[in-house]
Amino acid sequence: MNRPYDFSRNEDISIIISGAAGQGIKTAESLITAIIKRHGLYCFSCREYMSRVRGGLNSTQVRVSADPVAAWRDGIDILIPLTPDLSRLDHRISDTTLIIGDPSLFTEGRTGIAFSFDEAAGGDGRLYNTAASGLILALLHIDFSLLSESLNERFANKSEKIRERNLTAARAGYEQGGALLRDGTVTIALEPSPAPRSRMIVSGTEAVGLGALAGGCSFISSYPMSPGTGVFEFLSRQADAFPLVSEQAEDEIAALNMALGAWYAGARGMVSTSGGGFALMGEALSLAGVTETPAVIHIAQRPGPATGMATRTEQGDLNLALHAGHGDVARVIFAPGNPDQAFRLTARAFSLADEYQIPVIILTDQYLVDARHTIPPWEDPLAGYASHIVETGDGYQRYRYTESGISPRGIPGFGRGLVRVDSHEHDENGRISEDWRTREKMVQKRMKRLEQLAASAIMPSSHGNPEAATVVVSWGSTLGTALEALGKSGAEQIHYLHFSQVYPLNPALRPLLQRADRLVVAENNHTGQFADLLAVTFGRRADERLLQVNGFPFSVEYLTSRFTRYRRPV
Amino acid sequence: MSAYEPVDGIDISWCPGCGNFPIRKSIISMLVSLGSDAQPRVVFITGIGQAAKMPHFLHVNFFNGLHGRALAVAAAVKMANPSLVVIAEGGDGDMYGEGGNHYIHTIRRNIDITHIVHNNMIYGLTKGQASPTSQSGMITRVQPHGVISRPFNPLAVALSLGATFVARTFSGDMPLTESVLKEAVNHRGYALVDVLHPCVSFNKINTSSWFKEHTYSLTGHDTSDRNGAWRLAMEEERLALGIYYREEGVPVFSDHLACYQSDRTPLFERRPDEEKLKALIRSFV
Ligand SMILES: Cc1ncc(C[n+]2csc(CCOP(=O)(O)OP(=O)(O)O)c2C)c(N)n1
Ligand SMILES: [Mg+2]
Repeated sequence: MNRPYDFSRNEDISIIISGAAGQGIKTAESLITAIIKRHGLYCFSCREYMSRVRGGLNSTQVRVSADPVAAWRDGIDILIPLTPDLSRLDHRISDTTLIIGDPSLFTEGRTGIAFSFDEAAGGDGRLYNTAASGLILALLHIDFSLLSESLNERFANKSEKIRERNLTAARAGYEQGGALLRDGTVTIALEPSPAPRSRMIVSGTEAVGLGALAGGCSFISSYPMSPGTGVFEFLSRQADAFPLVSEQAEDEIAALNMALGAWYAGARGMVSTSGGGFALMGEALSLAGVTETPAVIHIAQRPGPATGMATRTEQGDLNLALHAGHGDVARVIFAPGNPDQAFRLTARAFSLADEYQIPVIILTDQYLVDARHTIPPWEDPLAGYASHIVETGDGYQRYRYTESGISPRGIPGFGRGLVRVDSHEHDENGRISEDWRTREKMVQKRMKRLEQLAASAIMPSSHGNPEAATVVVSWGSTLGTALEALGKSGAEQIHYLHFSQVYPLNPALRPLLQRADRLVVAENNHTGQFADLLAVTFGRRADERLLQVNGFPFSVEYLTSRFTRYRRPV
Repeated sequence: MSAYEPVDGIDISWCPGCGNFPIRKSIISMLVSLGSDAQPRVVFITGIGQAAKMPHFLHVNFFNGLHGRALAVAAAVKMANPSLVVIAEGGDGDMYGEGGNHYIHTIRRNIDITHIVHNNMIYGLTKGQASPTSQSGMITRVQPHGVISRPFNPLAVALSLGATFVARTFSGDMPLTESVLKEAVNHRGYALVDVLHPCVSFNKINTSSWFKEHTYSLTGHDTSDRNGAWRLAMEEERLALGIYYREEGVPVFSDHLACYQSDRTPLFERRPDEEKLKALIRSFV
């Protein structure tokens, strides 16, 4: 008999499937997570992959739990390698990791159970993933019927033969998993409940896309760039069902100029890109500023500079988003912490852009867009929808001076007035002006709204102990990991603040930061870009910066170990 | 005075004798031919340069955007509201230089817009550097030994990309310019009108008399003959003026868009479909 692997006291099981690009790891991920949820358990899944179409080594993590899970873990409980190559996972395998696969891998203290995917798949390399799915679902005590139903659905349009072969491979994997439970080699005790069954499994990409639809997005122009392409693809697929124009632009410069043209004509335009593409949009962002044209810009960050790492994660483009565009340009930057926030903030980005006539940036990253969470569905998706376009009359002035600095926005073809929009400095009529008084007034007009935007800026969510001497700050995709680490490290010593809006910052934050004896800022970049922003804005420098630039998100283990140190008094 | 001329006093910032003045007159005449009812639907999208300032000197809707980017904006405006009459206008540097990539791809899309390019073979506003259409050998302050590159041939490029209306005129020939512009604005599909004109301040080679000597008006040319148009576009000694090529009945970009298949309502009049969105969200459960 094999050495026993007892996971009965685990709160969650971290399962990793690894293999080469093209082996269908992603397919297995979506298949099993859907079934696990239907069974009544929560999943969090996220892939890490190489920028190649075939070969290499990719993996996906599926964390399964009876309670919601929302974070990346380094540790692996069960590893299912579809190819006998663990080079990229080395550091994550421990002596408690159960490897199921080729016995040649059981060296250097690694142990596992021999299993031939090739045999289970009847020698068909395309079915390893199906066999692995069967194996995993059996270990989780999930009824085979759920798997066979799913496979039949998935392959409904395929030949009988393909369906049969998949079912056979699935059953072979499933039988092996069942045998491991029966003979006591593996013990897993996750109690299913009805709650997860009525939840969605949704990725950051899908959440941004759905949020865009809820925000009334009717136009998307983009140029493909990982990891921003997913949102562009998602929305393009909706163009048959929703009033939505999707066009692949010739470059990112065209993409944002198009989006501005769309807004000018009354549509709600968006672009989705990554840092490199956004760098090309700088001039158009500035154009949005001077013309007071709304825009929604999704930037899914990846490590830079330049091409960097196409499929990895980082939070290194905050400075770019903050400072892009020549001249003074008002803007708002959201940084959702999970798919739920991604949906709400993207929807809000459209009404905010429309109301304030500014570009609104949604700053995500590879980790956020690729990770899939089990969350409740959005019941009232259009609740925040509002349009601010006005019908123009004779003598309409696009840039009429107003108290707030925001002039009613007309569009051509709606009303009798003319809508004149200009990238030069201009007067209230939108005509070129070189008058210095006009210049001063116009700059003030355009920038005044920042005060109002700051005063109404979303406050960070607050967790842990609001009286604690140590204040930990993070932003964007780090939320789930920080929260789990907080729970594991003992929350009473830390006041944790998560920022889903990183610019402008609400002035009400000042006392929260000032009162900290120790201010710690955790972010995925090299310099601490958000820590710098806090210092510039509030004059409070971070005492400690937790930074990481290896292309991976923070892991629960890493933040837990750091947070645990803050138990000591400052 | 027509509805398309500004009522408030305007200060036209072109040099005296600039070819842009007669082009402006020709454009006003084209606009008048659309009728004043069309005025709220007429939109000029321009870039930056002397030519691109045109809509400031007219009474029209306009989006005067960035140098080189007018076509991208214009394409989107037309996609968002196909009932607008969209005119993209700018100089040779604006449209063929900085905006060259957009030029290529806007033509490929067959966006239903009128594209007016003031081709003075020089950068006027920035005071006399070479443009993509400057002749080889032209001496400027930046090219003291003469322009090395071969000139860009906008008409040949447009034809090669399947443009459905390709024309060239000369600012000095106002009747021709007017009639070509009117044809262009009524053409359903992308229409290029390359308007040759002198830059009295900076282009000392391609002067008004040079253009008169080096151009001729097309007569008896079959505008449906693409190969014939191609031969005209490749002529170098003397440049032909008139409509090189036109093809009617080719579907335009918005004809292909799902959102306009059964409903031509512009996007600004549409609201997100709540039931469909809820169903889409539920599909993730
Ligand atoms: C991004 C950018 N680069 C450069 C300029 C400077 N610039 C303004 S107009 C122009 C060229 C003008 O030439 P053309 O488009 O032929 O217009 P013309 O003045 O001859 O009518 C340049 C280079 C600018 N405004 N923006
Ligand atoms: Mg020029």
